Amino acid sequence: MASVYRTEDCQYTVDREALVQRLAEALQGDSLLVDDEAMRPYECDGLAGYRQMPQVVTIPETIEQVRHVLRVCHDMNLPVVARGAGTSLSAGALPHPQGVLLSLARFNKILEIDHERRMARLQPGVRNLAISEAAAPYGLYYAPDPSSQITCSIGGNVAENAGGVHCLKYGLTVHNILEVTMITMAGEEVTLGSEALDSAGYDLLAAVTGSEGMLGVIVEIKVKLLPQPPAKDVLLASFADVETAGNAVAGIIGAGIVPGGLEMMDKLAIQAAEDFVQAGYPTDAAAILICELDGSPDDVRAQRERVCQLLDEYGAAEIRVAGDEDEKARFWAGRKAAFPAVGRISPDYYCIDGTIPRKHLAYVLQRMQELSDEYGLRVANVFHAGDGNLHPLVLYDGNVPGEFERTEELGGRILELCVEVGGTVTGEHGVGMEKINQMCVQFGSPDLEQFRALKYAFDPSGLLNPGKAIPTLNRCAEFGAMHVHHGELPHPDIPRY
Amino acid sequence: MSEHDQAEDLAQRIAEAAREGTPLRLQGGGTRGFLGRETGGTPLELSGHRGIVNYEPTELILTARAGTPLDEIEAALAEQGQMMPFEPPRFGDGTTLGGAIATGLSGPRRPWAGAARDLVLGTRVVNGKGEYMRFGGEVMKNVAGYDVSRLVTGSYGTLGAILEVSMKVLPLPEAEASLTLATGEDEGFRAVEASYRDGVPVSGAAHDGSALHVRLSGTRLAVDAGLQRLGGDRDEDPAAFWHALRDHRLAFFTADGPPLWRLSVPMLKGVPELPGERLADWNGQLHWVRTDAPAADVFREAARLGGHATLFRGGDGHDEVFQPLPAPIRRLHEQVKAAFDPDGILNPGRLYAGL
Ligand SMILES: Cc1cc2nc3c(=O)[nH]c(=O)nc-3n(C[C@H](O)[C@H](O)[C@H](O)COP(=O)(O)OP(=O)(O)OC[C@H]3O[C@@H](n4cnc5c(N)ncnc54)[C@H](O)[C@@H]3O)c2cc1C
Repeated sequence: MASVYRTEDCQYTVDREALVQRLAEALQGDSLLVDDEAMRPYECDGLAGYRQMPQVVTIPETIEQVRHVLRVCHDMNLPVVARGAGTSLSAGALPHPQGVLLSLARFNKILEIDHERRMARLQPGVRNLAISEAAAPYGLYYAPDPSSQITCSIGGNVAENAGGVHCLKYGLTVHNILEVTMITMAGEEVTLGSEALDSAGYDLLAAVTGSEGMLGVIVEIKVKLLPQPPAKDVLLASFADVETAGNAVAGIIGAGIVPGGLEMMDKLAIQAAEDFVQAGYPTDAAAILICELDGSPDDVRAQRERVCQLLDEYGAAEIRVAGDEDEKARFWAGRKAAFPAVGRISPDYYCIDGTIPRKHLAYVLQRMQELSDEYGLRVANVFHAGDGNLHPLVLYDGNVPGEFERTEELGGRILELCVEVGGTVTGEHGVGMEKINQMCVQFGSPDLEQFRALKYAFDPSGLLNPGKAIPTLNRCAEFGAMHVHHGELPHPDIPRY
Repeated sequence: MSEHDQAEDLAQRIAEAAREGTPLRLQGGGTRGFLGRETGGTPLELSGHRGIVNYEPTELILTARAGTPLDEIEAALAEQGQMMPFEPPRFGDGTTLGGAIATGLSGPRRPWAGAARDLVLGTRVVNGKGEYMRFGGEVMKNVAGYDVSRLVTGSYGTLGAILEVSMKVLPLPEAEASLTLATGEDEGFRAVEASYRDGVPVSGAAHDGSALHVRLSGTRLAVDAGLQRLGGDRDEDPAAFWHALRDHRLAFFTADGPPLWRLSVPMLKGVPELPGERLADWNGQLHWVRTDAPAADVFREAARLGGHATLFRGGDGHDEVFQPLPAPIRRLHEQVKAAFDPDGILNPGRLYAGL
């Protein structure tokens, strides 16, 4: 398979032997992989349609070794791609053909749980779920809970500004971290943010959060911990059509209730989830909403009564309230297993991650159906309904020649549709290599040039994860989307307000 | 184009200034001019670029031009039963949204409801080259490109002129109550933290040296339960103390006396030991201190606690006003500044000398 990297991003001069030799000064044994067979597991991340072997894979154990890898690459002018758990769905951790893959997997220690001060100090390779598990004995947890939380690393979460089903109320990664220590491409250690609620100077912590491994290699993170809510209720409501479900979401939030979680699934996703985990979902519904309410027991009761009343007013066909912990878990199980469930009904699936202003939901879903028909590819929808983040899952068969390419094209069209209604091409999975062309649709050239200037402020050599996330104007010109100017969106005729 | 939309004109004026190398002093409502270091430059008035551009109550999103007065935004929100959760302070009439975001300050609700930077979702910004750019947007989740909107929040206009802001808003709480308790500072803040962990909807916790003040916001049931649990005397007006604290109208702030310092410090790491009077907010994570101590001492004390200090009022606006940065961070600041404002024309020196 030809490289997905563009020629302009592969203009480095590699002396592999010298590279290996220099890396070996600090990395031995299984910390330095050079054989194809050993490197194979690193050739892709969660977006397996994109594959690329690096020159070498390094798996350091100490910060000094990380610094060594960066220094060597800096000296030899070779690219570096950091990798956490490799669950990125945007090929963010895809290796560079001329570079070094730097895995942080061995930085897997929880350095400190300071329960009194509701804080945890972590190495970047710590799994997301492990934080909440370690905090649980103190009645605390780490709020952002991506569906990949049993596997994905906190370093990767910071790099992607990961979200979860609870982020409508509790925020994204950027809202839940205090401090990040990273090594710059020049080998300098810098600490951004602090344990205090704000820091002097520019908010570089925010700039680095979601920067997809392009500004520095994160080696330590301090996160906030939250008290576990004393009580939780989970509701399941079914609807005869998706638009009614969308209106109910608007109705709940408009009435002043911000649920802990508010998720929607469409018919195809419901069916797939039900077949997979037997959550008891109503398979005849066109859409279901799963709504979690949390707070003190009294508070939850009051919210539940109000939400049930609203769901009813907004035309829910059926409303169920989970009676016990088992049932709560069951209501969530189908949603949490939605991706693998869809994976069972199709040889492959492709997860899309656009966000839209919710009021355009009906229009977007209808257009998506038309596109699905046009491409002859089925689309199941899982939706963080509270915050407008859509996850259309395109069902395809990678063994059918050309079908992955058509799927990608359909994915691109769906993302452009999100931009068209005033949304974004990525809500939480990142741009990576996958959505880099669609960045040309969402942003004007001054915006893209500003991103580039910011990148070079942190990494003047441009060696950290090159060729991803921020397209060059060249690439955009080729992609033919230079119709976006002065921050104006394409298709100004579409009402956005 | 509306007469209140001056984006093009403003961008042109910044581009011109860049060509001529004329430093500009960005100005919103002019109520925050005392903040930061003194800076010269030709005033660039942003308050004419105003008006709410879009408000979607059911999506919890409001977009307004930078010159829009906070009062106007608050009135529009209140009509729909909503609010700006970061409770931006106002230090005079006519504080604008742009000023609130450029200084990035947040009120008493901040530890529980988030800071200005947490609520900002998108911005339209003119950089130091006069380029009009758009970052983020009107959606809650958006990771396309670097988070420039949060980066410019609190940058005191040194990276760009913020012309428009989209932010997350929240429903007004169903009930709100304010309490005064005769409890010591450390003991009081620990009790507040313990009650928060048990689900009490705390939205303010301050100690003025003699009494602990606590605010609760949430459903009526949750607020009532919190009142029961915490005890103390219930204030007649649940907002009066908190607004006066937020806007620095308490005697502690308005009395003549030594310079006012702001120290932002980590939770439960101790209190600043400096001569002079002190008032604690944010459940002990924000300290206001009136002190004659030399700036170097205040910065050292903030650093000892793992936080940072700002000279807020009084003192000498020519020296450093913000906590000095460690060398590698200072270098990053210079590079970031150069990336946005290569000619150094936007509020030069307002944040740090040479920046
Ligand atoms: C089944 C499934 C469900 C998912 N659900 C969600 C979800 O609900 N919400 C969500 O937000 N995401 C979700 N994701 C996407 C993915 O899990 C997240 O993006 C996650 O944050 C990636 O973490 P990782 O450790 O796997 O990082 P990787 O995939 O290894 O890397 C991701 C990016 O981060 C960079 N990076 C990693 N570690 C570092 C470091 N230490 N320093 C600097 N850069 C680094 C890499 O260079 C790359 O650009 C899902 C993925 C899968 C497979």
